Amino acid sequence: MEISKDYAVQMRGIMKSFGDFKVLDDVNLDVKKGTIHAILGENGAGKSTLMNILYGLYTADAGEIYLNGEVADIKNPHLAINNGIGMVHQHFMLIDKFTVLQNIILGSENTNKFGVIDMKKEKKRVIEIIKEYNLKVDLSSRIRNISVGMQQRVEILKALYRGVDILILDEPTAVLTPMEIDDLIDIMRDLVKNGKTVIIITHKLKEIIRSSNECAIIRKGKLIGSVKVEDETEQSLAEKMVGRKVRLSVERTPSDFGKDVFEVNDISVRSIRGIQTVKNLSFKIRQGEIFGIAGVEGNGQKELIEAIIGIRNVESGKIKINGKEIQNTSNLNVLNNGISIIHDDRHKYGCILDFTVSENMILNKCRQKPFSKNGLLNDSVRDKFTDELIEKYDVRPKNCKNMRMASLSGGNQQKLVIGREISNNPDLLIAVQPTRGLDVGAIEYVRKTLIDLRDKGKAILLISLELDEILDVADTISVIYNGEIVGTFSNETADENKIGLLMAGGKNNEKIG
Amino acid sequence: MKKLDNILKNPLVSTVLAIILGFMVASVILLAVGYKPGQCLAVMFNAVFSRPKFIMNVIIKSSPIILTGLSVFFAFKSGLFNIGAEGQYIASTIVTTILGIILDLPPLIQVPVIVLGGVLAGALLGAAVGFLKAKFGINEVITSIMFNWIALYLCNYVSNSERFHRPESDGTFSIRDSGFTNLFYNWKFSKEGREYLKNNQFLNDAVLKTDFSLNFIIAVIMAFVVWLILYKTVKGYEFRVSGINVDAARNNGMCVERNIVYSMLIAGALSGLAGALTVTGTGSHNIHVLAIFENNGFNGMSVALIAGGTPFGCIFAGLLFSGLIYAGQSLQFKTGAPSEIVNIMIGVIVFFVALTQFMPTLVDMISKRRNKDV
Amino acid sequence: MKRSISSVWTYFILIILFFAIIIWMSFSGISIKTGLDDDKDRFSVAMVTDTGGINDRSFNTSSWEGMKEFASRTGSKARYVESVQSSDYYTNIDKLGDENVDLIFGIGFGLADTILKSSGINPELNYAIVDFSYGDDTPDNVSGLVFRAEESSFMVGYIAGMTTKTNAVGFVGGIAGQVISQFEYGYRAGVDYAAKKRGVNIDTKVQYAESFSDSAKGKAIALKMFSDGCDIVFHAAGGVGVGVIEGAKETNNFAIGVDMDQSYLAPKNVLTSAIKNVGKAVDIVSTDLLNGKNIGGKTFSYGLKEGCVGLPDENPNLDKKIYEEAIKIQEEIISGKIFVPYDLETFKEYQKR
Repeated sequence: MEISKDYAVQMRGIMKSFGDFKVLDDVNLDVKKGTIHAILGENGAGKSTLMNILYGLYTADAGEIYLNGEVADIKNPHLAINNGIGMVHQHFMLIDKFTVLQNIILGSENTNKFGVIDMKKEKKRVIEIIKEYNLKVDLSSRIRNISVGMQQRVEILKALYRGVDILILDEPTAVLTPMEIDDLIDIMRDLVKNGKTVIIITHKLKEIIRSSNECAIIRKGKLIGSVKVEDETEQSLAEKMVGRKVRLSVERTPSDFGKDVFEVNDISVRSIRGIQTVKNLSFKIRQGEIFGIAGVEGNGQKELIEAIIGIRNVESGKIKINGKEIQNTSNLNVLNNGISIIHDDRHKYGCILDFTVSENMILNKCRQKPFSKNGLLNDSVRDKFTDELIEKYDVRPKNCKNMRMASLSGGNQQKLVIGREISNNPDLLIAVQPTRGLDVGAIEYVRKTLIDLRDKGKAILLISLELDEILDVADTISVIYNGEIVGTFSNETADENKIGLLMAGGKNNEKIG
Repeated sequence: MKKLDNILKNPLVSTVLAIILGFMVASVILLAVGYKPGQCLAVMFNAVFSRPKFIMNVIIKSSPIILTGLSVFFAFKSGLFNIGAEGQYIASTIVTTILGIILDLPPLIQVPVIVLGGVLAGALLGAAVGFLKAKFGINEVITSIMFNWIALYLCNYVSNSERFHRPESDGTFSIRDSGFTNLFYNWKFSKEGREYLKNNQFLNDAVLKTDFSLNFIIAVIMAFVVWLILYKTVKGYEFRVSGINVDAARNNGMCVERNIVYSMLIAGALSGLAGALTVTGTGSHNIHVLAIFENNGFNGMSVALIAGGTPFGCIFAGLLFSGLIYAGQSLQFKTGAPSEIVNIMIGVIVFFVALTQFMPTLVDMISKRRNKDV
Repeated sequence: MKRSISSVWTYFILIILFFAIIIWMSFSGISIKTGLDDDKDRFSVAMVTDTGGINDRSFNTSSWEGMKEFASRTGSKARYVESVQSSDYYTNIDKLGDENVDLIFGIGFGLADTILKSSGINPELNYAIVDFSYGDDTPDNVSGLVFRAEESSFMVGYIAGMTTKTNAVGFVGGIAGQVISQFEYGYRAGVDYAAKKRGVNIDTKVQYAESFSDSAKGKAIALKMFSDGCDIVFHAAGGVGVGVIEGAKETNNFAIGVDMDQSYLAPKNVLTSAIKNVGKAVDIVSTDLLNGKNIGGKTFSYGLKEGCVGLPDENPNLDKKIYEEAIKIQEEIISGKIFVPYDLETFKEYQKR
């Protein structure tokens, strides 16, 4: 394609390597002015790197960037903003204790000749922008008091306030509820209507279909192609992304439930700030059941999990596994009673990136025979065990036993973590967002593993922010809102809209549109 | 080019390069303040290598800082910053000295008892810091610094106390010689010993003229013990996990609070051992009024920093550091260079060695730039 | 952890290699020419200060002056090494032993132990210790230098007793011990002598700073004494005394200096000084050794007779009459007419007389 004024962004021959690893290999990208352009790819395919180059966070090893038909040299984010490019990162860069308005203005240096910010004038400008793009936020509330969706709006406002024409959104829907996602899509359309160009990075197919005009697909650092979204389906996009046929949902056979294994009975838990975030919550899980808890982040899931695994005390109520009370004991006691957990943030809770792979495999087994005896570790047992896991879960590369955990891809790390937890042969497996940050292939694998485990008669507690995942895998689905379970459905009777509404705080008995 | 990059990334090569670079920068500083760098470096070289006595002294003086280095290293691996090595060291010298004066047991019992006493003192001080952090969340750096001063003034108090103060001095009595860890102590001052040594220049220099003792060997053994604890035991594994990622430790059945106490206990014990062995093996075998810290603990922090990723690195870092200090003193003697300049020089060299850890990144950066230019 | 095991072996090999090199080096005694050791043949003396440092304006300074005097007169080499704290003593003495020094002085009894230890290890070297006597156990290569400081202290005590208007005087000591006792009891005897002569009671306050370097403490003690009614304070406390004199200056009282004429520290507030001319003794001993005399294994005592203690020649703040009387007393001490006590026991004896 020729370099032309009609294109907001054109990238040519972009190359980027980290060490010996080629992240981007000769990538070309053309984004038409006034469109929503999606960048689709699996985790680690290089889509974020490409956008970080555009935003000036990384410098490309080779290649050119053209903005509106002219060569641009974007060395740092500051220059990017000056060139009209803004980016909203997956993790928001906001200051918790500041107000929305302060966060928007912060760092933009719109000062008068005395170096002082004229707050009144700036506030006026922000209000104008809010009106223009229909981005309703309360300027005076503090960031920590507003929802994630609102925070995202603040980030978008921040970019608009700096006068950007091209807005890059990195995985914008990862943390949003279904309704918030709808709102976001509306906002993006408003932006485009006003002449802005939006680029979204995502691996969620549904949203691309719903929102975007065009979609660039990146696989293993190479641009596979740019397609018009209207010509595609979820299935076809997925196949292009992964490079083979995929099943978007796992096959799930009905399950025979056995006896009750795990019971949470009327527990209340306070968060670290002393707020009661779990309120009189109860549920039971049977053998061979996947019990899904759907809900938006921050509705008490964190405290519920912490209470179950024994690192937070409950205020009242009981938690029982196989009839034995385990509340307010210790994490070690919980582990010893046959509960294992796959954390959402494996880097934070599930593994030690600086350790070798095999060292990671004894993270919660180091006290057990045969991994240790009389307080001394047995390295050969550990290595043998690691080899078995690598073989069984098809971890790549095969000889990774002595490599640093950090050098493995996210999917392979997760396979190892899941393998390790399943090898504990737990009576209850807690899986918290087990597929977070994984690509389609790995997601498929993880979900299948969970279902296999269920079929072996284990109880599984699945807690996820992604409703699709829960609908796909869970036998029983509960919705958590504000620390309470506000509705429970069996998989067959579950209705996505109804659950979505409950997640957002609607009442169960309300009629749905 | 790639080969060269890999050679540069080798920790040993880059350390040696860093030392050379450090000396080069130090030379520039010396030149700037009016000393002949070549001469100064020659003096420093001679100060360490020209006589067996000097080498032996460097080795002997390295022992306490190897041990405090191991202490800081151990705590660091467990995610703690043991700035209190100095205080633990002092506390141990106090207890060792007191026990060494009061007790009168046969040497085979006296030595272990008083050394153990010192080790215990250091360990308790370390554990106290750990306990305050684990129980009340008080930052270990703050409590450690407080304990350092408490130990210092306790030392001054004991030095001046009626029971232990030796008249006509600013220190205490020496410990009984049954508590000495010096090797051949009585023999080398005996008539036969002197006769024998007179005929052997090397031993005369290395044994008679120095505080020839077991300390260095013990320090080396301790490096191995630290390695064993950290990499071969369950507790050590837990320490390392807590050191890198507290959340992961907490979520995998480890009691982080208890580990903090244990790990500070062990770190304190290592510093304590440094103090105890210094009293039993070197100098005047006593404690005395301290106007300022003697830096045995603080130098341990530099040693741990230079040591890199393994406890064995502490041995070399300790030797390097003690060599620099010893040579620095000689430099001051021979050329009259002020001690400040000598310390700046040591600082520069340590700085460059500490930079070694960033060498691989540096090499990457340079090679990238090179590729770009091509 | 294969990685760390293999690195353990690497380290072991390195350690062995390292020591192999060291042993080889030390046997062959590698050294580089530095061009610094040219005048090996010159006679050379050196001193190690105590923690007061070379600028204590007291006996370290005095010793250094004497040494410089000796060096320039005889064309010898002289040098000093400062100690920051007492753990430096051994290192400093030991390092000097490596430097072809003919006579090593330890300044102050704090170095007594160190000198004893070093002299045992290095029988080929000569040592001298200022302000300390090993008595009959003096090693063959060590000389002790002691001063009859009680004699000059008696004189300043007499002067203080005659000059005081509040009939209260003070004494600040460094670290308690035999040496400072000489000052204390000589001074107190002198004050008593003056009190008897004037027929009044004079109160002598005594306090020790337990340090020779903490001048802040010296000042604090002095200020307390002045506020308690003393108008003259004598100090025998090295660097601590600098604070004492400062205290006198601030409150406009008198201090009596020690070791050197310390009037330059506060020209209007130093009454006089009990000079202990360590430098002169250093000079005498060094000269003796240079002239081939055997000075080892002995303790030398220096007093008014040898001119090693006394008063300054000029005392602008001092009443001329009192000064002349003091000089008369000096004669009486030299001739033995006045007995001067130097410790508690002899002081009691003195009081009985």
